Amino acid sequence: MKFCGTVFKYGNDVNTDVIFPGRYLKVWEPAEMAKYAMEDIDKEFAKKVKKGDIIVAGKYFGCGSSREQAATCLKAAGVSVVIAESFARIFYRNAINLGLPIMVCPEIGQIAEAGHQLEVEPTTGEVKNLTTGKTAKAKVLPPFILEILGDGGLIPHLQKKMKKAS
Amino acid sequence: MGKTMAEKILAKAAGAKEASPGDLLDVFPHVAMSHENAGLVAKSFKEIGTGKLYDPDRIVIIFDHRVPAESEKTAEGHKTVREFVKKHGIKNFFDINTGICHQVLPEQGFCRPGEVLVGTDSHTTTHGAFGVFSTGIGATEMAAVWATGKLWLMVPETIKVVVKGKFAPGVYSKDLILHIIGKLRADGADYKSIEFFGPAIDEMTIASRMVLTNLSMEAGAKSAMIPPDQKTIDYVKSVTDKPFEVIKPDPDAHYCQTLEIDLGQLTPQIACPHMVDNVKPLAEVAGTQIHQALLGSCTNGRLEDLEEGARQLRGRRVHPEVRMLVIPASWKVYRQALDKGLIAAYIDAGAVVLNPGCGPCLGAHQGLLAPGERCISSTNRNFQGRMGSTQAEVYLASPAAVVASAVAGKITLPEVN
Repeated sequence: MKFCGTVFKYGNDVNTDVIFPGRYLKVWEPAEMAKYAMEDIDKEFAKKVKKGDIIVAGKYFGCGSSREQAATCLKAAGVSVVIAESFARIFYRNAINLGLPIMVCPEIGQIAEAGHQLEVEPTTGEVKNLTTGKTAKAKVLPPFILEILGDGGLIPHLQKKMKKAS
Repeated sequence: MGKTMAEKILAKAAGAKEASPGDLLDVFPHVAMSHENAGLVAKSFKEIGTGKLYDPDRIVIIFDHRVPAESEKTAEGHKTVREFVKKHGIKNFFDINTGICHQVLPEQGFCRPGEVLVGTDSHTTTHGAFGVFSTGIGATEMAAVWATGKLWLMVPETIKVVVKGKFAPGVYSKDLILHIIGKLRADGADYKSIEFFGPAIDEMTIASRMVLTNLSMEAGAKSAMIPPDQKTIDYVKSVTDKPFEVIKPDPDAHYCQTLEIDLGQLTPQIACPHMVDNVKPLAEVAGTQIHQALLGSCTNGRLEDLEEGARQLRGRRVHPEVRMLVIPASWKVYRQALDKGLIAAYIDAGAVVLNPGCGPCLGAHQGLLAPGERCISSTNRNFQGRMGSTQAEVYLASPAAVVASAVAGKITLPEVN
């Protein structure tokens, strides 16, 4: 599970209202959700983002509402991993449950800028900026969370567990 | 060493002897609440494939976010949920004519001390006012709760908030919690629980306590609780026959931080755009022109809020250049407000009284803002674009400040004489 992509960089306190605005909450299809991702903070994001790209952010990413569409829309838009200095707890859980890898890395803001190419290895926490050569260490996710992410989220994870049990 | 409420309640709900911060527990919630996003939950539940709910009686579904349906898409969503409810025999279903989930849950007896309640809404922290460990989760996680009855939770550390003194006239629990959020900051209680203590909390009404626990979410709190007292027990017994066990913190419980507040020093507060922790004394922004004033929501739409707001009207009309919206938190509150003549007072003042629901608070419908417009609101979030245009501004204050400002046409201190 290694990620490599172009950085989209944002600041502190990016809330779920700007990640996925309330006016679209009636939308249930991930592909359609992707069109509105980050609309109220970065109108260009949905147009520019490519499969595998990486979001880098400051403190408390995903604060606010419990809407899991905030994680779904980023995953559907192609984001491979969100790396932030810290996360709001509900977004953190939602991302894991929907199979969107997230990593906490207090130094990330210092080593990555928008447009840089980043390489991330979640099992070791190694973050490498391929554009500048700088590196940083992210916190390694606990094994049970890596397992849920590896299965693609909580639903495939539960399906797998039930299959094993039967 | 003694235990906090969070530690004791989570240990009990997980069947563990005891629990400490950082422990990961498989917790079985007593109540699992969803609103319109029950549609998303149902979709994920079908994907899991068990086809069987762990316990339909623990599930509560309350429509409030877009009621009545503001679009065909929402109408379809509502229809899907109604069909699911019927098919699976979910009896705790409340359609568009009941109210906002965080008011309906206590009114219908679902907030019982010592229990665990999860909801697919961040402001689920509200129910800690009844000594319930209550926290927000996402729809997919809720689907797993519907199917398996449980979820993993990390036992949080707890912040102790002690409140002494008396409120000055024109100062309310809304001002207190905004002040606390300004001190803790938006992420000050991320992953943590808050417990409120002190003579000022003891004296507060249940409705005022709910403002504290509702808005604790805006400091990032995982849960926020008030140890139950006789007032809590009397309220809960008046709405449910179900037995419950009051769980209080041990006197020697360990807290990661203690915050002491003296109400004698507190003045009306206001959260300025675009973060709830951007809190200032209201007097500092007094005179700022407004275009809309919103009184209501799960934070401040209860009877005492509507009464306090009406007291500010004093027979005057809303400023001609202000649209004032009133949203009672539930139909029960609406009915009580009707009986007390409050609704008539608002209508006579030129306000628009809307049906109970979340509507404009989350920018769904019913009173959104145009670019360049400004709203003073008794709700709980002022993020950019939250109530319509990203070029609009939302200020958060007490119901009294909202109504006083609606009359003046600009942000104004509540009148106290």
